[in-house]
Amino acid sequence: MALIQPAQPEASEPEGGRRKRKALRYAVPAAVVGVTAATIGLVPALADSGDPSLPSLTAEQIITKIAASDTQTVDGTVKISTDLGLPSVLTGGSGSSLFGGAVAPPSFGSRGGSQADPQRQFTQLLLGTHTLHVAADGQDRQKVSIIEPAAEYSVIHDGSQLWAYDSSSNEAYHATLPARGAVTGKADTRRQPGAEAFPATPQAAARQILKAADGTASITADGTARVAGRSAYELLIRPQHASATTVDSIRIAVDSTTGVPLKFTLQPKGKGKAAVEIGYTKVSFGKPAASTFTFTPPKGAKVTEQQDTSRKGAAPDAMSGLGADSSVGSGWDTVAVFHGKGALPSGAEKNGKGGAAAMLGGFGKQVSGSFGSGTLFHTRLVNVLLTQDGTIYAGAVDESALTAAASSAAR
Amino acid sequence: MSRAETTAGPGLHDGDPGHRPGEPVRERAPAPPASRTPRAAWSLGLFGSELLIVFRRARTLALLGVLAGVPVLVGIAVRIETRGGHSVGGDGGGGPAFLEQISNNGLFLAFASLAATLPFFLPMAIGVVAGDSVAGEASTGTLRYLLVAPAGRTRLLLAKYASVLTFCVAATLVVVLSAVVVGFSLFPVGDVTLLSGNTVSLSDGILRGLLIALLVASSLIGLAALGLFISTLTDSGIGAMAATVGLLITVQIINNIPQLHALQPYLFPHYWLSFADVMRAPVIWTGILKNLALQFLYAAVFGSAAWARFTTRDVTA
Repeated sequence: MALIQPAQPEASEPEGGRRKRKALRYAVPAAVVGVTAATIGLVPALADSGDPSLPSLTAEQIITKIAASDTQTVDGTVKISTDLGLPSVLTGGSGSSLFGGAVAPPSFGSRGGSQADPQRQFTQLLLGTHTLHVAADGQDRQKVSIIEPAAEYSVIHDGSQLWAYDSSSNEAYHATLPARGAVTGKADTRRQPGAEAFPATPQAAARQILKAADGTASITADGTARVAGRSAYELLIRPQHASATTVDSIRIAVDSTTGVPLKFTLQPKGKGKAAVEIGYTKVSFGKPAASTFTFTPPKGAKVTEQQDTSRKGAAPDAMSGLGADSSVGSGWDTVAVFHGKGALPSGAEKNGKGGAAAMLGGFGKQVSGSFGSGTLFHTRLVNVLLTQDGTIYAGAVDESALTAAASSAAR
Repeated sequence: MSRAETTAGPGLHDGDPGHRPGEPVRERAPAPPASRTPRAAWSLGLFGSELLIVFRRARTLALLGVLAGVPVLVGIAVRIETRGGHSVGGDGGGGPAFLEQISNNGLFLAFASLAATLPFFLPMAIGVVAGDSVAGEASTGTLRYLLVAPAGRTRLLLAKYASVLTFCVAATLVVVLSAVVVGFSLFPVGDVTLLSGNTVSLSDGILRGLLIALLVASSLIGLAALGLFISTLTDSGIGAMAATVGLLITVQIINNIPQLHALQPYLFPHYWLSFADVMRAPVIWTGILKNLALQFLYAAVFGSAAWARFTTRDVTA
């Protein structure tokens, strides 16, 4: 076999020279890797180089700024991350299929009704990381889209018309809202079913929290930050007179020019990353194109009209905390009580022996008290107690406080 | 190459293998800088012959045949399932992306087929062709004859890479064309519903489809370079193919393990499905640009590694 060497015609080139040349050539891919690694490491560090320096404001001034904000138009991308420390079996992992996320994620709960029902779709924001596209133009026209891999779920509100469209099932949902006047709130408060169950934007989250924190928490101004390329003031909210709550602190970044909350971070007690983080990754306050808010159901899409009577019971309201039958405690230590009638876990228990009940039991912990016995589910933020008679106690309080609340409520 | 070229004298251009002293080729082929045009023609000729080698193989044609068969299978399956007016995937809307829309618009068969073939079928075909490119020649003993020709190893490698990239485009187009033919004959065709629920005209939809085909083909650039590099490492064509395809499968599995999410943004298939973002209104470019950047990065790293290996190795077969 002829040995064909890569050498130059002067094959007498010393062996050391060849080796050197070889090393030099391999330096090229190595250099590309090095430059890339340096770029990846340095660019984010340069991008948010230090906190912006802004004239200092007190907490009251920042809250006034939020309230006085008259920004009616917004067009941006919101990232929502919730890390409740749930088993990944429940959260479904991130695109945990070999199709690399090509398979549409299963919707939360699979009972009857439309796939495009906002109640059903927005509850999935409780788990994992999601990207939303948000556009608003005044009080009457908003659009929120949950961006999924190769799929999208949109809610479009235009005047009295509320449309929702789920691309993975090609189903649409339509509701006619009461005329204006009944629709209250500011531009970015989406008074839509589902949207209020879980705040989809930093504005909505900030508004809910500031209302709740009034008088029960210490609110302080805490420096500045850069969010979505904008300078922002930071508000730090710490619960007060609440010993049992699992909430350590809440941080809200408020845009320095418009007063719009840009980022909302909820830190539970104990170490680790935030339990809930809702923030803009890209935002502009320009007017979105009018066509954004027009929707006609696509050809072939199954349209479900809103049915007022039947919807209330079927919706997984238990997750929202809004449908609580009663509550125990006050302020941050509030425990919501749901008397089980077709709520999610009790329904699963009724299914009997194996399956869902066993699965839930596996994640929970058996506890007992004057409420009888029950299963306690622990997450980093919320603890849920499911008693044998189907009553559910849920709150952002630690486990012992929850069982104590359940005991006092049952007495 | 240019570095070595400028330092080397006439006729000593870099990577010219087999130029042992006294060989006639060397005397006849001094490469003065003036001979740009003939050299370009040379490169084109080299590329042409490489292309012929790739596309005349029975193996290549079989791969393309399998790829063309995927849309036919998907199309017929959807047609049968929706015959009674049922929707695909039942209540949950499962299955590959875009599947739900096929029965409304045949054009979506192209998108669904791309989404179905991109994770494995398409890259596997690329892996076979790229892995075979250099190692295959080495194992059949034709590589040294190629190297005797005064083309230069760098140019030979570039021609090989270009032919693999051409195969990427061809393979994607085969899937798309087969899907369009099947889709248009089995299903109605009309205005296109975007993921966001907006409806655009068919011509807009076809334009978006072309862009998607282009993006899918570019998604394979990184894997092609990786396969080429593996191919320069060994003299066994089968070994290089198996290693490339095995690596692809491994990376795809890693890409789906949630615990390894810190690693995943640097894996070449991570943003592959970003092509679906073209079907949104407004189009979200972030993922698409990330995908392209990642592919070019892989191409730069493994392309130059392949070059470093190929121009410095001893060819014994």
